[in-house]
Amino acid sequence: MATKDAPVHNPMVDPVTGEYRVIAPGHTFKSVTEKVSRIVLTSHTPLGWWFGFVVAGGFVGMLLTAVTWLFLKGVGIWAITIPVAWGFAIINFVWWIGIGHAGTLISAILLLFKQSWRNSINRFAEAMTIFAVVCAGMFPLIHVGRPWLGYWLFPYPNTMNYWPQFRSPLLWDVFAVSTYATISVVFWYMGMIPDLGTMRDRSQSKAGQFIYGMLSCGWRGSVRHWMRYETASLLLAGLATPLVLSVHSVISLDFAVALLPGWHTTIFPPYFVAGAIYSGFAMVLTLAIPIRKFYHLEDLITIRHIDNCGKVMLATGMIVAYGYSTEVFMSWYSASHWEYFMMWNRMFGPMGWSYWVLITCNIALPQLMWLRKFRTNVGLMFLMSLIVNTGMWFERFVIVVTSLTRDYLPSSWGTYRATRWDYMTFAGTLGLFTFLFFLFVRFLPMIPMSELRLMLPQARVREKAEPLPEAGD
Amino acid sequence: MPLPEGIYGLMAEFDSPSDLVHAAKAAHAEGYRRMDCYTPYPVEEAAEAIGFHRDEVSLVCLIGGLLGLAAMFGLETWINVWAYPLNVAGRPYYSWPAFVVPAYEWTILYAGLSACFGMLALNGLPKLYHPVFNAPNFRNGATTDKFFLCVESTDPKFDVMETRSFLEAHTPVSVVEVEY
Repeated sequence: MATKDAPVHNPMVDPVTGEYRVIAPGHTFKSVTEKVSRIVLTSHTPLGWWFGFVVAGGFVGMLLTAVTWLFLKGVGIWAITIPVAWGFAIINFVWWIGIGHAGTLISAILLLFKQSWRNSINRFAEAMTIFAVVCAGMFPLIHVGRPWLGYWLFPYPNTMNYWPQFRSPLLWDVFAVSTYATISVVFWYMGMIPDLGTMRDRSQSKAGQFIYGMLSCGWRGSVRHWMRYETASLLLAGLATPLVLSVHSVISLDFAVALLPGWHTTIFPPYFVAGAIYSGFAMVLTLAIPIRKFYHLEDLITIRHIDNCGKVMLATGMIVAYGYSTEVFMSWYSASHWEYFMMWNRMFGPMGWSYWVLITCNIALPQLMWLRKFRTNVGLMFLMSLIVNTGMWFERFVIVVTSLTRDYLPSSWGTYRATRWDYMTFAGTLGLFTFLFFLFVRFLPMIPMSELRLMLPQARVREKAEPLPEAGD
Repeated sequence: MPLPEGIYGLMAEFDSPSDLVHAAKAAHAEGYRRMDCYTPYPVEEAAEAIGFHRDEVSLVCLIGGLLGLAAMFGLETWINVWAYPLNVAGRPYYSWPAFVVPAYEWTILYAGLSACFGMLALNGLPKLYHPVFNAPNFRNGATTDKFFLCVESTDPKFDVMETRSFLEAHTPVSVVEVEY
């Protein structure tokens, strides 16, 4: 199938396997190093970078405005009310955390499965994780109403003689998300140390040599160091894998532990994790496709990567579809009046349109990715990544809003209509995410050079035919 | 303690990982022990060639993880049973299944931090100055595309002339003296 679809004379296609190559042929250790480090070490900042940076910076300004107003006036400026007390803040929190999950999946789980194609995209997928967690972590904090007392969530000795209550999933969240943020930063930074050494050695400016030198901790590439480094990487990957699965599971428990119809189900943890990875891979494509075009990295982030991301999205999308159908089935099979009504309300209630947006974006359209022609078309895959991200946002909207607006008692029903401050805060975090990403691609090597070198054919140690010389003495 | 006078060692530069590994194996067979290889990416065979087989990072990580588990589980139990017992709908104070989640997270947190910082500590990093950076060709290649074998002067078998001729027999690009 593979060889039939791809042009035979395309140098990007491996003639033996018929698969697209992970790295374009003809690269050397030096050429991959230069290609990646030049983006950072050049004194010439591309105009397009400035443009994007300034636009993203404008959105950050909008976020600061929205948050300042929020601090002055309180959460009443949002549309949250009773019964919908969670609103945009929690929708965005869950959405952003989910996006972060693909970064960990790429850097940790695919490392454990020895999927070496991940090497070129893992660094910026990890950066994506961190920036997404930054955006995510902000929402529960500003949602508590008095963010300056946010540290009350942590167990610390205080004069009030008060301690947190560990039986609540909301507190579990604090530990899950803070651990996730810390481990993601550590994993990202540790993975960058050898590359920072390369940057130090290749930088022409005194300031660059000094800063990268400090950041690289004086890395000198000793094989003893490399072996410990490899062990630590594998251990961190092994630790990050159960961590990432636990984070979204814990978040889903915030919902599942409540007794609300539409929330109180056991399918939530696995279905949240699959949805997280689904939207995260979509975000990887949303970022990778423009970056490879803008910085001419088609040699290193190849069609193979886009094709593989498409396959992962297809697989996780199917798990998500299974989750949706299980929800529908269970609401019928439970024979519970409330569950039955919840599903009817979700599909045909006043906000039924959002359910159908979600089904279209997350289940119907992504089926196009079964076609290899579609998965290898960069433009269409970019479009698909945006569609899936939209769909996953609506999934959280449906879960949070439709369940809350109409619970057991019709007299307590309500409605939900986001205000401009809700939209500004959400758009602002999109800006913050992009802003941080622009800084990252300008100042740090976005592709792990040492791992690319390892993937080149010349990296293999070959045995010599002649025997080793005898010991001298 | 290495003496500050004299040289740190002799550094041979190679073009390919295979040449480096063969030279390192030969040096080990020759009886050299105090030496190190410097490569732009992990070359496992080179580590084996100079007799470096196991590291303690896993052990540090395990100890860290167990500490994290004990710390959080202990904290939760102490808080909810002794320090601040709170009756939530008649549930037991010692609700261990609920304590598992934060304890699990802290196991991972401590284990991960121990793996990273343990690795750095065992490597003796951060160490911003090291004699190998004095080799004129080192910074240009060691983190990009060249492979180095440095035999250190503290090795009992080290002799500037003999070691140099030994290294030169293994087709290096160059052999240079490394100053302290």
